[in-house]
Amino acid sequence: MINLLEVRETNEMVEKENLDVRTITLGISLIDCIDSDLKKLNENIYNKIYNAAKDLVKTGEEISREIGIPIVNKRISVTPIAMIGSAACKTIEDFASIADTLDKVAHEVGVNFIGGYSALVSKGMTPAEELLIRSIPLALSRTERVCSSVNLGSTKTGINMDAVKLMGEIIKETAEYTKEDDSLGCAKLVVFCNAPDDNPFMAGAFHGVTEADMIINVGVSGPGVVKTALEKVRGESFEVLCETIKKTAFKVTRVGQLVAKEASARLNVPFGIVDLSLAPTPAIGDSVADILCEIGLEYAGAPGTSAGLALLNDQVRRGGVMASSYVGGLSGAFIPVSEDQGMIDAVKAGALTLEKLEAMTCVCSVGLDMIAIPGDTKATTISGIIADELAIGMINQKTV
Amino acid sequence: MNKTIITVVGKDTVGIIAKVCTYLAENGINILDISQTIVQDYFNMMMIVDTNKAAKSFGDMADDLEKIGKGIGVVIKCQKEEIFDMMHRI
Repeated sequence: MINLLEVRETNEMVEKENLDVRTITLGISLIDCIDSDLKKLNENIYNKIYNAAKDLVKTGEEISREIGIPIVNKRISVTPIAMIGSAACKTIEDFASIADTLDKVAHEVGVNFIGGYSALVSKGMTPAEELLIRSIPLALSRTERVCSSVNLGSTKTGINMDAVKLMGEIIKETAEYTKEDDSLGCAKLVVFCNAPDDNPFMAGAFHGVTEADMIINVGVSGPGVVKTALEKVRGESFEVLCETIKKTAFKVTRVGQLVAKEASARLNVPFGIVDLSLAPTPAIGDSVADILCEIGLEYAGAPGTSAGLALLNDQVRRGGVMASSYVGGLSGAFIPVSEDQGMIDAVKAGALTLEKLEAMTCVCSVGLDMIAIPGDTKATTISGIIADELAIGMINQKTV
Repeated sequence: MNKTIITVVGKDTVGIIAKVCTYLAENGINILDISQTIVQDYFNMMMIVDTNKAAKSFGDMADDLEKIGKGIGVVIKCQKEEIFDMMHRI
């Protein structure tokens, strides 16, 4: 039977170490909504999402209450809109109207974000896909909860360089469109190479065309839990270090597995995957950089960072795989610079540069994430940064 | 069996267990196991209870116990047993 120590350990993880389930993401296929009449299409999209997701937030809160672990976000991902809107949308405004519909239904059902304002153009671009990409700045500036992503390359097909050039301009334009709001539009836009179909994390979540009609994906996190566990084994060998990360990842993933199972049963939607990603938040103690420091670095970005991050990423995955037969999505460590207090400190101290971050993206589960660049950076420079990053993903068969 | 774990954490005082147990008895909730310890003047208690014949829903029971806890200056939490099983048992 469960004992007092185990109960205390779990509750301390929640109360002191920021253990939470970061998101329940309901993936919804919109393929059966396709219509050549824009008004009808928008109606179909609204109805399908509303009916599928109306109980999502309530169910999430119920589960959270019963197990005593916060479920921070409830989200929706949909089939890439470039595909869904291709028959009906003839202008940028047409596509943006779908973004409006997504935003409206997101508010209506109470989810924090809705992802899937996306185009998958890793090999070529259809006119509709190009139109959607060109509508991104407008769509993101006038909606609040819509997230957008564009897949520009894959290991099999290589990189679509025309689309890379275009995205440089689009990112700049998105920043310009939302400049009154700290260029927030760019935080809701992701550029991928090897985008996964089942990622529950925003802003890059979309419901892949290979997926079922509806699916529940759960994202768990817990950098604080890993850091605290490592504090207790300070000075021990690498073997102990790895074991500790693995065991902690196991426990955290099990929480996600339980939440996914429960949500799936209550919403009557099949369970897809658990994504165990150490995703930092600006809260003190919820930092991936702090874990790297605990492993033995002076700052994130100091020599040894790539090795430390590789070790962390690898062990997190191993622990996760042991805990759930359905590990998917991105799973590993995230390194969003402006969302991680330890990373911010490292940048301020001059320890973390763009070049080092690029090296770090070779060994973790994502690419360059939440970095601020000067407003006068040229679009071609942004395209250059994108191309470098995508090349890492393409050659190393990983998502960036 | 529908098991719930009730934890009580707070400054030790007279009658904590009595108040919680009275509530449980009045609502048809059977106690299967109790353990408690005092760490640095802090009272830590865990109960495993069977809520199969409970008169109230999980949500109401959790709310009521939280209120009782506030009245005596301790934090009372209810959680389904599954979460601990999942995390601590392979």
